[in-house]
Amino acid sequence: MTEHQIVVIGGGPAGMAAAVAAYDQGVTDVAIIDREAELGGILRQCIHNGFGLYKLGRELTGPEYAAVYQAQVVQRGIRVYPDTMVTNLTKDRIITARNRQGILQIKAGAVILAMGCRERSRGALNICGTRPAGIYSAGTAQKFINCLGYSVGKRVVILGSGDIGLIMARRLSLEGAKVEAVCEILPYSGGLTRNIVQCLEDFGIPLYLSHTVAEIHGKDRVEGVTIAQVDQNRRILEETKRYIPCDTLLLSCGLIPENELTRAAGIPMDPITSGALVDEHRQTQVPGIFACGNVLQVHDLVDYVSDEAETAGIGAAEYVRQELHAGRAVNTVAGNGVRYVLPQQIHTDAGCDIPLFLRVTKPFGKVRFTVRSGEEVLVKLTCPKAAPGEMVRIQVKADMLAKVTDAVTVELEELA
Amino acid sequence: MVYDVVIAGAGVIGGMLARELSRRELRICLLEKENDVACGASKANSGIIHGGFDPEPGTLKAKLNADGVEKLYRAAEMLHVPYRRNGSFVCAFGPEEEASVRALYERGLTNGIRGMSLISGEEARKREPNLSPAVTLVLDVPTAGIICPYELTIAAVGNAMDNGVELKLNFEISEIHQEDGFCTVTAADGQRVQGRYVVNCAGGYSDRIAAMVGDHSFQIIPRAGEYLLLDKAEGSRVSHTIFQTPSKEGKGVLVTPTVDGNLLIGPTATRVETPESRQITPQGISTVTRLAAKSVPGVDFRQVITSFSGVRSSEAGGDFIIRPAAGSRSFVNVAAIDSPGLTSCVAIAEYTVALLRELGLKAALKADWNGTRENPHAFREMNDSEKDAYIKEHPDYGKIVCRCETVSEGEIRDAIRRNPGARDIDGVKRRTRAGMGRCQSGFCMPMVMQLLAEENQIPMEQVTKKGGSSNPLFGRI
Repeated sequence: MTEHQIVVIGGGPAGMAAAVAAYDQGVTDVAIIDREAELGGILRQCIHNGFGLYKLGRELTGPEYAAVYQAQVVQRGIRVYPDTMVTNLTKDRIITARNRQGILQIKAGAVILAMGCRERSRGALNICGTRPAGIYSAGTAQKFINCLGYSVGKRVVILGSGDIGLIMARRLSLEGAKVEAVCEILPYSGGLTRNIVQCLEDFGIPLYLSHTVAEIHGKDRVEGVTIAQVDQNRRILEETKRYIPCDTLLLSCGLIPENELTRAAGIPMDPITSGALVDEHRQTQVPGIFACGNVLQVHDLVDYVSDEAETAGIGAAEYVRQELHAGRAVNTVAGNGVRYVLPQQIHTDAGCDIPLFLRVTKPFGKVRFTVRSGEEVLVKLTCPKAAPGEMVRIQVKADMLAKVTDAVTVELEELA
Repeated sequence: MVYDVVIAGAGVIGGMLARELSRRELRICLLEKENDVACGASKANSGIIHGGFDPEPGTLKAKLNADGVEKLYRAAEMLHVPYRRNGSFVCAFGPEEEASVRALYERGLTNGIRGMSLISGEEARKREPNLSPAVTLVLDVPTAGIICPYELTIAAVGNAMDNGVELKLNFEISEIHQEDGFCTVTAADGQRVQGRYVVNCAGGYSDRIAAMVGDHSFQIIPRAGEYLLLDKAEGSRVSHTIFQTPSKEGKGVLVTPTVDGNLLIGPTATRVETPESRQITPQGISTVTRLAAKSVPGVDFRQVITSFSGVRSSEAGGDFIIRPAAGSRSFVNVAAIDSPGLTSCVAIAEYTVALLRELGLKAALKADWNGTRENPHAFREMNDSEKDAYIKEHPDYGKIVCRCETVSEGEIRDAIRRNPGARDIDGVKRRTRAGMGRCQSGFCMPMVMQLLAEENQIPMEQVTKKGGSSNPLFGRI
């Protein structure tokens, strides 16, 4: 059996940043296992710009952003297993993987989960109608167009206003396709405001909120879709049904963290994030196994993925050196207006500040967030607006944390 | 060339008949209008091996179901088609249905079904803890089982081809002309085959095929059934196939594990216009979820990974139709094969061969017939060290293409090369499960298309989802 001090599963932005951070802590026997022939993950098909403004201070395309981290991996001589798929992980950190050389068994001192996420499929959405060719998840269409150079459609309807769907609306328009509509079942878009402006408004593509695709038509290839408005319970309003001829339906209806290995290892999960329950080091409840990036929680920006991955990388290095702090732990709780708080557990006596990440339940105007433990108010933060599509970060100071003995709740109140 | 037997339709019935006939020194041609086998009712049904208690005594259904169960299990062994003898529970909710379930038990005894028993709801819940507390009486049928219907069809056709049967795909019959001693079958595109006997196994289209030789004695009434397939996370919710008390509309909505470890719920029973009417409807989905929850209240519907609809080929008489067309000795109908058609398929094939022999088909058994098909799951079933050794010899098996179902490039190439070779994306999916998992081909579709293009030496944009004009790509950018 091969051994490594740290094994990172997944070589996308999270995996690369975690490996580099761990290495820079002095744990040099780090390996990355990746399914693809090249590092970079989904960034390799994201040829649009907008990456790196926060983290690197310049605006890059996805492949350029990936290349920055790939160079760091290469410089450090971090071992990469390309074209290799992990098929099993155990609680005691035995990894089984497969590639063209055979079946590998690797024992890891620490494991960092960085498998990313997948897109919700048509089946999971239960869209009615026929099952012709021409129905793509937005990411699959993106791969065909950007990496393989094929056209997927000429007249397109997009269901879901997630960021990938918005980006693809622009991409398809640039390739000469006509994007007839973007339908969003919610009364608001989950995408970033900048993407709605730059990808839809600039191209005159209509966004229909509280709308869904009621039915798909066509035998061999998509011939059209029926779209319809929905009520507040997401039920289709029959009288609003209308037919749009098209040859392609793109789905951008949310991302699902790919946690099959996490579950196989028996790691406790958070039903809201669909990722593992972690502490501030991004350590799961199974010691020595860490998680970061979109496998842990779906992020808005790759920059934040890299940040979180560094936290996990440092934590894993400290674990390997047996220096990981594990003192008094309390849970975090999502209070009024807050969908989830991550990390789900924090150590309050570590003597360092801890940032909390959270998402709100629906769009709000001006709000004040309060982080409290019992009667003790730890932080108050006022924001001009808050939306589910934009993750909120609240830093809690070490000296405030030192006072905490009970669960830490984050809640919001709307300000008039 | 004149074939001895031309079979119209490569569903489970046509496929199993081709295999049965391939035992003999015969020239056999199997015609299919689609781009693959198992594209009609055999593609989308419950995949249940029925115990045989349900058909009315004295009918062909009763006889062939009772005869068919063990024959099917044996054929599945030889063809390496996974099955499970998981047993079925027919549930009564209250006194009225209890009477019906007791009547089914009696009918089963009349049909010669062994091993059945009536158990209390309490006893049933001991063995099936997620069963509804409202179930009061259960007919326990241990001989019943589950099997994947399209995999069985693919294996039967493949084995028939290995034994010399010729498969012609995209052959849509438009005309059949009977002459002295043989029939000429013409396709819409002008292709033509001739056979001394023609057997009509055309499923939902069998009435139209029969009409081509002037037989208007039956009419297929297509009835759609919608299903939901759930993630493997729900696959162990029940171990038995859970039926409700059957009614005139069919066997009702069932909840069953599949051989692949998913949970399947459905079907509805809706009269539809044509056998192509395979829509998923909001009414269908809500009926299926409501009725499934009645039997097994804990099913987590958020785990649905796909929905599909199949069309039964029913007929007003209610029984299988296996007989020559009126006045013909060379054209045989094997029609109206709805449930329990899958269970009965081997028995139907044997019965049909006997009928053909009565009609004068003469042929000696082959000395070298091989009814065993190479196991397409051999690699999947290996342990890690066997897999390791195999990959070292065949590196393509080390490259995983479908991550959700762990399907390798080697297995996909095999599926394209092995009889009957996959020609499209759905064909690869049905043979290997690539694209059938939780991401529903989001990640593996480009790679599967590349392998199809490479193996068939065609450009990517000519690869189809399911034949015809179902090309996912519109050409180069």
